[in-house]
Amino acid sequence: MIEVRDLTLAYGDFVIQKDLNFEVRRGDIFVIMGGSGCGKSTLLMHLIGLQKPLHGDIFYGNERLWGVSSEQREQLLRRAGVLFQSGALLSSMTLAENIALPLREFTELSKKEIDQTVSYKLALVGLSGFENYYPSEISGGMQKRAGLARAMALDPEILYFDEPSAGLDPISAQLLDELIQSLRDSLGATIIMVTHELASIFAIGTQSIFLDSEAKTAIALGSPEELLKTSHDPRVLKFLTRGHPERAHRGGHHE
Amino acid sequence: MSNASTLDAEDFNEMTAGLRSGQRLIFDMKSLGVWDSYLMIALIDVLKRCHEREIPIETSGLPEGMSALLHLSSLVPERLDAKQTGPKKTWLERLGESARSIGLDGFFLTQFIGESALSMVALMAGRARFRPIDLWLQIQACGPSALPIVTLISLLVGLILAFVGAVQLALFGAELYIADLVSLGMTREMGALMTAIIMAGRSGAAFAAQMGTMNVNLEISALRVMGFTASDFLVLPRMLALILVMPFLGLYSDLMGIIGGGIVAISFFDIPVTQFIQRTSESVHLTDFFIGLFKCSLFGVLIALAGCFRGIQCGRSASAVGEAATSAVVTSIVFIVVADSVVTLICNRLGI
Repeated sequence: MIEVRDLTLAYGDFVIQKDLNFEVRRGDIFVIMGGSGCGKSTLLMHLIGLQKPLHGDIFYGNERLWGVSSEQREQLLRRAGVLFQSGALLSSMTLAENIALPLREFTELSKKEIDQTVSYKLALVGLSGFENYYPSEISGGMQKRAGLARAMALDPEILYFDEPSAGLDPISAQLLDELIQSLRDSLGATIIMVTHELASIFAIGTQSIFLDSEAKTAIALGSPEELLKTSHDPRVLKFLTRGHPERAHRGGHHE
Repeated sequence: MSNASTLDAEDFNEMTAGLRSGQRLIFDMKSLGVWDSYLMIALIDVLKRCHEREIPIETSGLPEGMSALLHLSSLVPERLDAKQTGPKKTWLERLGESARSIGLDGFFLTQFIGESALSMVALMAGRARFRPIDLWLQIQACGPSALPIVTLISLLVGLILAFVGAVQLALFGAELYIADLVSLGMTREMGALMTAIIMAGRSGAAFAAQMGTMNVNLEISALRVMGFTASDFLVLPRMLALILVMPFLGLYSDLMGIIGGGIVAISFFDIPVTQFIQRTSESVHLTDFFIGLFKCSLFGVLIALAGCFRGIQCGRSASAVGEAATSAVVTSIVFIVVADSVVTLICNRLGI
């Protein structure tokens, strides 16, 4: 589905991560994890075509993301939806207008069909009836869910999440996890998320990559459960056990 | 140390100064009463100095809370590369750096102008992606809402022009020519210039602040991911709005200025109303109007470009949004005045 080859991420000359190689299979919930400042979000920016890598390339199926014209890249990225950390809804538009934006531009739907689609997407994220609210009038958690509705507007094959549960209370975070999982199951979408929320990682992650800021590359790759059981890297274990690696191989991982 | 009843930095300095290698530092703080962060800071300082002089320290005598805090503060080692002090830069280095940043700024501006031009082309071809409603909202915000301030400023500029000119013209008994001075001055020059400066302050700053805030909220990234380019979706409606609205505002400003001049001429210099109107219509030609209107549209483009450029370039913090708004106004005014000089020079050479 998505393959990353020899990817090097940098701001100017300052290398953030180098030699990243991994593959995301269809139907995966792929977790990009690592400590703060290790380049998780930067990697995401590269995957969604907002930042150009220093080296290497990203393949969507057999098609390259970089090294092609920007029109081709745009075409490719229309298969993906992105939920930014804060939701990143356009503050000058209502929720309905936000969600309708990609529909109006990239589909042939009539106005009525667009309205129906908007209501349906909002219902999916539990925000029925909030069509005419502005993003500033609803809570952070609701903004995030509305952002998810917008990311799903075009029924993307791939959904990207940047810190989906950051800033949510445990119950909302858990509901969001369930929502993500059911989206994967029902829509057959592939999900890639950046997070350091351990509960989410273990609850829904099927594959993961661990980025390290010291080594400037990925130091572990595999499903979160597997990493916890088999990894011998102290950095990975310390992260996955909230700083208590001695609890790692005993099977349990929750506090 | 055990007998000390109050401690301050002086005491610590004395204590550590007296320590020699081979000695050991032991704490006994049983009789310690109330203490605050300042004691911790002094303590850390003492420990650091002992460490430098390789004097062994026995910390077991410290109260529990204090040793926990000490442990916490030394848990994450100071990242030497995180401190941004570095060696002090010489003036030559700073000069070079600012020259380089001006160069980069120019590069990005050129790139931005190129993208906006491409969006214009896309618009002509009917491929530009933006919401028509945004264009209407911008026209509303830039046009009618600016009328009161344009009225006030233009009227006063007309008055000032008339007064300044009249004093000189009166020396020759040629007060009637106030009409020529004001009408030509307003239509060719001051109408466009004053409107543009008002709009730079009103709309240019607003564009920069809006887009800067959108940048802070990652809204521009979200748009790009959805397949919209900032130059189509955000810059184009704003630029079009100003191109469309500016000539009307300029025309209105001309009218207001001439009325202002007329008030002075009629009430202070006893020129009959009919004569003033006749002089005005004789002196101003259609070309003068068109030059003024052309300038208005040109300034509109420049204001939109400067405002949007500074907004898109904006960093991700509240103070960066403020800076973007400030520099948008400064950039617009520089652009306006330079462009005005160039157009005036060209008109002069062409004899129009």
